[in-house]
Amino acid sequence: MRFFEYEAREIVKRAGIPVTDFGFATEPSQAREIAQRIGGPTVVKSQVLTGGRMKAGGVKFADTPEEAEAYARDILALEIKGHMPRGVLIDPKAEVAQEYYAGVVWDGPRKQPVMIFSPVGGIDIEQVAEEQPDKVGRRHFSNILPFSEFMAKEVIASTGVTGGALNKLVPILTRLAKVFVENDMTLAEINPLGQLADGSFVALDAHMDMENEARGRHAKLLADLGVGSEETRQAREATPFEIAGEEVDAQDHRGVAGNVTEFDGNLGLVIGAGGGSLTLFDAVRAHGGKPANYCEIGGNPSVAKACGLAKLVLTKPGVDQIAVMMSIVSNTRVDIVARGVIKACLELGYDPARKIAIFRIPGAWEEEGFKILEKYGVEYADRSVSLNEAARRAVEKIQGVAA
Amino acid sequence: MRKDGTFIAVEVEDSAAADAAFAQKLTEVCPVDIFAQEPDGSLRIVDGNLDECVLCRLCIDADRDPAHPAVKVLKLYDAGALLV
Repeated sequence: MRFFEYEAREIVKRAGIPVTDFGFATEPSQAREIAQRIGGPTVVKSQVLTGGRMKAGGVKFADTPEEAEAYARDILALEIKGHMPRGVLIDPKAEVAQEYYAGVVWDGPRKQPVMIFSPVGGIDIEQVAEEQPDKVGRRHFSNILPFSEFMAKEVIASTGVTGGALNKLVPILTRLAKVFVENDMTLAEINPLGQLADGSFVALDAHMDMENEARGRHAKLLADLGVGSEETRQAREATPFEIAGEEVDAQDHRGVAGNVTEFDGNLGLVIGAGGGSLTLFDAVRAHGGKPANYCEIGGNPSVAKACGLAKLVLTKPGVDQIAVMMSIVSNTRVDIVARGVIKACLELGYDPARKIAIFRIPGAWEEEGFKILEKYGVEYADRSVSLNEAARRAVEKIQGVAA
Repeated sequence: MRKDGTFIAVEVEDSAAADAAFAQKLTEVCPVDIFAQEPDGSLRIVDGNLDECVLCRLCIDADRDPAHPAVKVLKLYDAGALLV
């Protein structure tokens, strides 16, 4: 889940990293009061969970509190990429000698956080990495073992930063790494990290993403920040199709049949099992297929739940067929899922043999499951057929149907 | 009485279905609520739950007289094969 900038700044501040004397306002008059308290030129920034604020007119520089109020009024009414602002952040306009970058991000393939530092900040770190690779320092570290300041020092020094700046930056990157680990973040970034004329450093902007599954562990922090449990804070709002998927999953306590993400292809997917969903989704795409959705099924859902998910996918506009695929299951029953997806076809008036491109779920109770599939003429595959091959067959079949 | 779902059918002898104590036992043992009781205590088969049957045999094991089973679970997808 993503945090608004004003929330991310508050997290940074609580970690002991210097920040500007910023304020958050939801009314233009509050913006004026904050600007008065700051007592000098300010920056008024739209608080939206999307990029491109500057280009869209969501960031304005004000010389007086009255100007800050006027800009806040405009920005609060300004929609940016489909997002209305939560409010505006009022920041002192800092006189910055140099902009740096400090970040920690989760490296999925390595299963470790990696801290990234650059003396070139204020622009995308990807751009710096491409244009000035020697100006980007990186280092993976354990999220289990204690973090040492030495690791931060190594990363910063590798970019050529020395002396007083190095000494001042080490605790900042160290604290950022701790914020990342202690709060189950997937991203903790300060960009730019400004060096002021007196040599001190201050966080001028921050981005934070928390692992969604960890929200429960950080209930106090989220409550302090005013983040409601109903706020998904994903990259985009859930679509009606995705909300319907949540409703299917919530209909009873048994297993999982949901976590649906909408795509615009013609092959509906009922997929799952210990990472199988991602593997299968990728395999379908690798074979030239166009998934209509991503989803997760597992943990032995009820027939009703499997049926509900299959119905949802089958009735999605543009879906020609569905592929029902999982890796070898031990805690989900093949026959129960088979009943669910076939029932969905029957209740919608479809022939399961035509609507189900392939059923590849080997594992618990597969003999009963295969009997059901045979009765309805559904093509199925056992464990001798790989996930990749099953995905290929599904794509081949749907391409034949589409042609 | 007999009720058919899409995949599963359940048949209970009428005399057993009228036995409130037996109906209560079936209601208690079924993990997916296929059995319930009418206000007079007699057995009711819940149509909407038939296809949730997990073939656990608990209703068969609860039978009053295993030598003369009063409860039958049929797999309609397997030519009506009896669950034994």
